[in-house]
Amino acid sequence: MSQSQLTNAQVTHLPVASGQVGRLSQALMAMVLGVFIVGVVGFSHIDVIHNAAHDVRHSNAFPCH
Amino acid sequence: MSTFRSIVFSSVIAGFIVGLIVTVAQQFGTVPLILKAEVFEKAAETHQHDAAAAPQAAAAGHDHAGHSHADHDHGAEAWEPREGLERNAYTAAANVLTAIGFALLLAGFFAVRSGATGESVSWHEGLMWGLAGFAVFTIAPGLGLPPELPGVPAAPLLSRQIWWLTAVLATAAGLALIVFRRSVPAAIAGVILLILPHLIGAPELEHVETNVPSSLSHQFMVAVTMTSLVFWSLLGALTSAIFAHFDRRAEMSA
Repeated sequence: MSQSQLTNAQVTHLPVASGQVGRLSQALMAMVLGVFIVGVVGFSHIDVIHNAAHDVRHSNAFPCH
Repeated sequence: MSTFRSIVFSSVIAGFIVGLIVTVAQQFGTVPLILKAEVFEKAAETHQHDAAAAPQAAAAGHDHAGHSHADHDHGAEAWEPREGLERNAYTAAANVLTAIGFALLLAGFFAVRSGATGESVSWHEGLMWGLAGFAVFTIAPGLGLPPELPGVPAAPLLSRQIWWLTAVLATAAGLALIVFRRSVPAAIAGVILLILPHLIGAPELEHVETNVPSSLSHQFMVAVTMTSLVFWSLLGALTSAIFAHFDRRAEMSA
């Protein structure tokens, strides 16, 4: 269903249909990368990462300790 | 891959600027309070090791049993940055990385949004997205799990991380339903999603005993919320403006 909505959006808004799919998947890739970075810095249980990012975890109110 | 490149470029630039500004803000806001709390934390730890028989120390030991990380976090085993410049350098690096990560998330939304509407996201709309990030990542999880200082015992880490993530996802989904679906049932479902994690309730200890004064904890809550507001409003506005710039250039050259 979401696939068909996507197709409609392409037809109505963009002259190049394949451009929109490319844009969406590229955006998703970037977002996954972003979540991964925040996850490692803010949530990793590895001690060394915890100690390096300690003050940032507390300052961002991420669960710490 | 021009969209991906524009997203990454703009996120790295915005993340660097915002990460460094927030590092300075934290030096005045949150870091002095963390250092003060660590004095109490260290005092409680040595007290506990020195006189395990004293009633107060026994209570502290009991708390630390629920708080299983006390030993390995601050023990001598794992590497930790030296006090002063080194510690602050790692804090700056972690701030920049966090800002880049969240900027990638924001710019991803900006790319999808501008692709669907045909217009680039303005700095003002970006600011609104940033404020939504503030609500999703600071306010909502902070209601159940208030920003905590070192030395204040809390429920097991993993259970808090899971609740934190639940609150973030439910709040993001709830806000999206309210903002983008513009119908009564969607708005009702959205509000329910906003409330749901708080009905479930964040994990907490039944009995918290700490030497960290509650006035310090309260100051810390205010400091965290304000620095986070600066972080998110700057990140939203800057990322959208820089992404719009790179995205326009990529389109012109394509």
